[in-house]
Amino acid sequence: MGIIEAQQLVKQFGQFTAVDEVDFTVERGEFFALLGPNGAGKTSTIRMIYGISPLNGGRMNVFGMDIGNDWRKIRSQLGVCQQENTLDPDLTVVQNLLLYSRYFEMDKDFARRRSEELLDFFALAGKRNAKVMQLSGGLARRLQLARALMAEPELLILDEPTIGLDPQSRHQVWDRLLALRKRGLTTVLTTHYMDEAESLCNRLAIIDHGKIIAEGRPSDLIEEYAAESVIEIEEPGENLRNYIRDHAVRHDDLGERLIIYAEPRGELESLIRDKFCVESCRFRAGNLEDVFLRLTGRELRE
Amino acid sequence: MSRVNLRDISLRFRHIWVRNLVTYRRIWKVNFIVPLLEPGFYILAFGLGFSGLIGGVSYAGLQLTYTAFMAPALVATACMWNSFFETTYTSFVRMYYQNTFSGMLATPVSIEEIIVAEIVWAATKAMAAVTIMLAVLIPIGFANYPAALFCIPLAFLGGLAFGSIGMFFTGIIPTIDMFNLPIFLFITPMFLFSGTFFPISGIPEWASIFSLVFPLYHLVELTRFLCIGAMESNPIFNLGYLLAFILVFGYLGLAVMKRRLIQ
Repeated sequence: MGIIEAQQLVKQFGQFTAVDEVDFTVERGEFFALLGPNGAGKTSTIRMIYGISPLNGGRMNVFGMDIGNDWRKIRSQLGVCQQENTLDPDLTVVQNLLLYSRYFEMDKDFARRRSEELLDFFALAGKRNAKVMQLSGGLARRLQLARALMAEPELLILDEPTIGLDPQSRHQVWDRLLALRKRGLTTVLTTHYMDEAESLCNRLAIIDHGKIIAEGRPSDLIEEYAAESVIEIEEPGENLRNYIRDHAVRHDDLGERLIIYAEPRGELESLIRDKFCVESCRFRAGNLEDVFLRLTGRELRE
Repeated sequence: MSRVNLRDISLRFRHIWVRNLVTYRRIWKVNFIVPLLEPGFYILAFGLGFSGLIGGVSYAGLQLTYTAFMAPALVATACMWNSFFETTYTSFVRMYYQNTFSGMLATPVSIEEIIVAEIVWAATKAMAAVTIMLAVLIPIGFANYPAALFCIPLAFLGGLAFGSIGMFFTGIIPTIDMFNLPIFLFITPMFLFSGTFFPISGIPEWASIFSLVFPLYHLVELTRFLCIGAMESNPIFNLGYLLAFILVFGYLGLAVMKRRLIQ
């Protein structure tokens, strides 16, 4: 049995269908990511997991229970870190943790021990009595993660956990999330940072216009929709374009720039290196961003 | 739209009440100054400035000085201001600017419990303010001891009424500036025409019917009864009206807040 089993999920806001018959399953111990452009339906989907957004169709089972009926039991085993800062700005760091534990009706002594553990884990112990209002974005985000973990959840839900953070803070959050992954905590994450999904998750689904358009392990998706090796050529010459057409090479032509999907260390690579690199060529590994852009298109959204 | 589910209300709401108390404790010293000084200002203004113009007020067969007539109404209006402001401006800030309710909704508490906690907290604040006012009014002889002490639980009831209608406005108002509207169109006329500054028996009957609709009128009557032992209406009717008002607007407050937050 999966920790999350979503079948034919539908979410409508008036005429607009935000989530359109989405199916997915998350197994115990998995780190699952939902990737998609802004407005693709990621947050709507994730809000349905913890029952803050009623379903217009389909079923959402979490821990084998229906979210409509057993929302209280489900939420008592969930940790949620929402996209927006929902911390209490008037309270101190440790008060935020302890008051939150009350909503779960946690034992007081246990909550105190747990808060100390988490303050250490997220390197917040020195800020224990600081007001949340005075915390930087990175510290506040770590506190929000710590708060989500207070009740020792069996499932952690993260909605854009590193949005708006500087690189240092992002990496600090990633380190913590990787440590949690190592401990086997089941996690669902939404993001539009490809590097975040690639380095953290075992499996991901790409969602666009409310539908899942691809699903799998990051490396499989890269192999299937992009390539292990990618060559980017600025200002490609006519002869290269001809060669590509004649040999039916997988590519994207962006006008000023040509992206070629190739085998690593293959013939095509050396051929291009020797014959066609007129201006500048860049040889790199294929990544999720290639997959994402190929699947969701390169045109500007909204 | 999700319907209100009364079965989702459990005693878990007390945790949210505690959260509000802990947050409030940081600023209570400043907040207590208002109810402590407010009756003093009014009594000075009306006692020194106004009573020369008016002389006395006849109310329920008694001849009262203007300040003695007005002092119990101050207790009732303090109850109104405290609870109404709590579930309008303060709750709106928590809901809209601090995302506090969204955060709570990721835990095993229901939206119904959050709203009940906000209203009960507003009533608690009203009760605290009234307690402080009585500590001023009883020693200077404007409220009978010990009957006036019953104003404290009464303030809780009144706080539930004004807290409920405040919550209702919070659920339907688009932006925080628009609270001016219910304050100007509802609270201000209620403040003036609820037997606070003049007895309802002295105005034409058609006008006094409006007063009967205002919950403040019923609270003022009950407060006056407890403070000076006289009233012009039936206390059972007043209590019944307040209870009905709480049930109606409490439910409406839950409904509009749920519609706003659960989407």
